[in-house]
Amino acid sequence: MTSSEPVVLGVGMHPWGKWGANFAEYGVVAARAALEDAGVAWRDIQFVAGAETVRNGYPGYVAGATIAQALGWQGAQVSTSYGACAAGSMALDAARARIMAGICDVALVIGADTTPKGFLAPNKGERGDDPDWLRFRLLGATNPTYFAFYARRRMALYGATERDFAAVKVKNARHGLANENARYRKEVSVDEVLESAVVSDPLHLLDICATSDGAAAVVLCSEEYAKRQGATDPVRVAAVATVTPDYPNAVIEMPNFATDSWAAAPVPDVGFRDSIARTAYEQAGIGPEDVDLAEVYDLSTALELDWYENLALCEPGDAEGLLRDGATTLGGRVPVNASGGLACFGEAVPAQALAQVCELTWQLRGQAGDRQVEGARVGVTANQGLFGHGSSVILKR
Amino acid sequence: MTATRVPAIDGWFTLDDSPVLIGLGCESCGAYVFPPRSIGCPNPVCDATELHRVQLSRTGTVWSYSVNHYPPPEPYMAPDPFVPYAVAAVELDEEKIIVLGQVAGDVEALDVGARVELVVDTLFVDDEGEHVVWKWKVTS
Repeated sequence: MTSSEPVVLGVGMHPWGKWGANFAEYGVVAARAALEDAGVAWRDIQFVAGAETVRNGYPGYVAGATIAQALGWQGAQVSTSYGACAAGSMALDAARARIMAGICDVALVIGADTTPKGFLAPNKGERGDDPDWLRFRLLGATNPTYFAFYARRRMALYGATERDFAAVKVKNARHGLANENARYRKEVSVDEVLESAVVSDPLHLLDICATSDGAAAVVLCSEEYAKRQGATDPVRVAAVATVTPDYPNAVIEMPNFATDSWAAAPVPDVGFRDSIARTAYEQAGIGPEDVDLAEVYDLSTALELDWYENLALCEPGDAEGLLRDGATTLGGRVPVNASGGLACFGEAVPAQALAQVCELTWQLRGQAGDRQVEGARVGVTANQGLFGHGSSVILKR
Repeated sequence: MTATRVPAIDGWFTLDDSPVLIGLGCESCGAYVFPPRSIGCPNPVCDATELHRVQLSRTGTVWSYSVNHYPPPEPYMAPDPFVPYAVAAVELDEEKIIVLGQVAGDVEALDVGARVELVVDTLFVDDEGEHVVWKWKVTS
């Protein structure tokens, strides 16, 4: 199905930061940048796929139509996807499916967010039916609490250390130094990470990603449309995996109080996070050995190490070694988070999975400047959204 | 005057001397569910629509844990001054399920693989009384 793989015609972002404006303003900036990059007029977009997040009292609702209105109504069809951190991939998949079905030639995929300060918190009010509300109320189980569970597991199972986790931050901070879209552009040392306040033991403040404002947009089109636009050797979307877990999922996931029980059925050979990447590889007809670079969801430094294994870049337990050997550093065998990752961006939930796609696109085009991965032809993203949303995108040239 | 003990949530645990978590069990396939709310058996190859209430094991093994050093946002009712607290993910012996809970008592003894038992302890206190919740307590 190579010939029908949709083409990434244009990408654009609004820089990440804490700007305090309405999310639609960021979305318009990112959309216009992507349209300009694609050489496509807004009025020619046939389908707008918005990625949304849900926060009472904060902007984030009705993302697709809100941004279509902000750009000026022109009658395009619209969809809006909710998948927590995976929302961007779901929106991309909505556009991809329409293009592959032949009912759309060119689409705009957009995610934008304005985040509140501090810990991401549940919606207000007495919400005794909402597991996200209840986990804060009954347990004080913040998002970093769950990140810390995974980090502690790596320490117990594989002998990982806080210095290993800190080394991820050091690497990503260095990668993002020259990225004009990144919020944090400053070198960080291992000692600075270890000296930063402990938030959720064993994770320090600098192990955990911040929350940011930002927006990312992708113009996606059919092969024929790309040809008419004169695109040569464009970046293509080879896979979008938006899988849910298989039962029983034996890993505790946000915002749950418990895992599934494996009393009645054996734990699947392939766990949820492994299945995300595996599905993407199968769709693309490639394997991890074909990957030139990866953008993964480093909500915490330790979680980036988990992703190395989930993406099968190494065997379980070998991630710290892969990091120490420099394989995932720029210039290494398979650089991870060349953009600087969430460590340099902070998380803008509905925009983040699309920001990963923007970075891979620039990398595969050879337009990534100081952080260019030489000769990159295949890139993979990995990400996971609250409530069981997997997300992995493979781009190739 | 002794403050009234109020469960912070109804129907998830008992308040007796040897408290237990209340879960759901499937008589058809043997699956367990916690918390006790379900619209049917979660096992995709099981068609059961009615699950029955069961008492879950009182003991388990720590899968992982964390000590939180910053007060979470509402609706968590953080004491002032704030006191760090631990949350543990515990694998139950019989039901093969990992259940979260705050940790009561000695946090220093926490470790991956440590044995714990279920207790009921204070979550927060307000005008209505002492709001209690299930917690894990290290036994070895």
